[in-house]
Amino acid sequence: MDSKEKKPLEKVCMICAKGALEDVYATLVMANGAVMEGIETKVFFTFFGLDGITKDQMLRLHTATTGNPAMRMPGGIPFPTMLGGLPGVEAGVSRMMRKQMEELDMPPVDEFLEMITAGGGEIFACKLAVDMFKLTKEDLHEEVSDIITIGEFYEMCDGDRTQIIFT
Amino acid sequence: MAEKTIAGVQVNVSDDGYLEDMSQWNEDIAKEIAQEVNIELTDKHFEVLNYLREKTAASEALTIRGVGKSGITDIKGLYKLFPKGPLKFSSKIAGIPKPTSCI
Repeated sequence: MDSKEKKPLEKVCMICAKGALEDVYATLVMANGAVMEGIETKVFFTFFGLDGITKDQMLRLHTATTGNPAMRMPGGIPFPTMLGGLPGVEAGVSRMMRKQMEELDMPPVDEFLEMITAGGGEIFACKLAVDMFKLTKEDLHEEVSDIITIGEFYEMCDGDRTQIIFT
Repeated sequence: MAEKTIAGVQVNVSDDGYLEDMSQWNEDIAKEIAQEVNIELTDKHFEVLNYLREKTAASEALTIRGVGKSGITDIKGLYKLFPKGPLKFSSKIAGIPKPTSCI
């Protein structure tokens, strides 16, 4: 028998501040994974991360094809930065990424948000960023429960088995 | 791997209590494992369990999204059936290996 006392996580609070496809998905996968493990989960979207919960943007997130040293062509050949800057390349690559994710049963962003809230996870938008981008609650996906300040978010992050993750 | 007697049957289980051999499973074993995680099994639970077992037998990856699309229940319903462990607990009760899926 294992005699070590385990202290499992009880709550995770995530902050998503970037709006690239992989940034938003990293947050969603980790948030959904936490909910599936029975961990209380709160997700706070701010700055460009708001694209991940904005109805008009959430289904066409892009991954950067320039300035991304890990970007490679199929077969592992380096992806030239100059090529990444050509019109349509980023959109094409992003479409391909989404297709590959779908093959692994990773859902589109809106469905992912629904999966998280179905398990009791909560999604929030940052008030400051919403104001800055001149958005309203109506621009955001239905699964966003509220627009709150960072102070209010921190208040939710109480408890000694809570972790805050910034993606 | 350890041996354990569940519902009067000697079975092999992993360190975290998942059956090593899904053919050793039966409904009484399911009920006993379910009790450990405080779940009272209903017919709906068994529909999910059988679905998971079929998919596992066919070597298909399990995701809660997949269960949600199976027509048995939606994801919200799945969480109601297996609170705090829609895939983790359901797999354990279904007598299949611990899922390796992240979604």
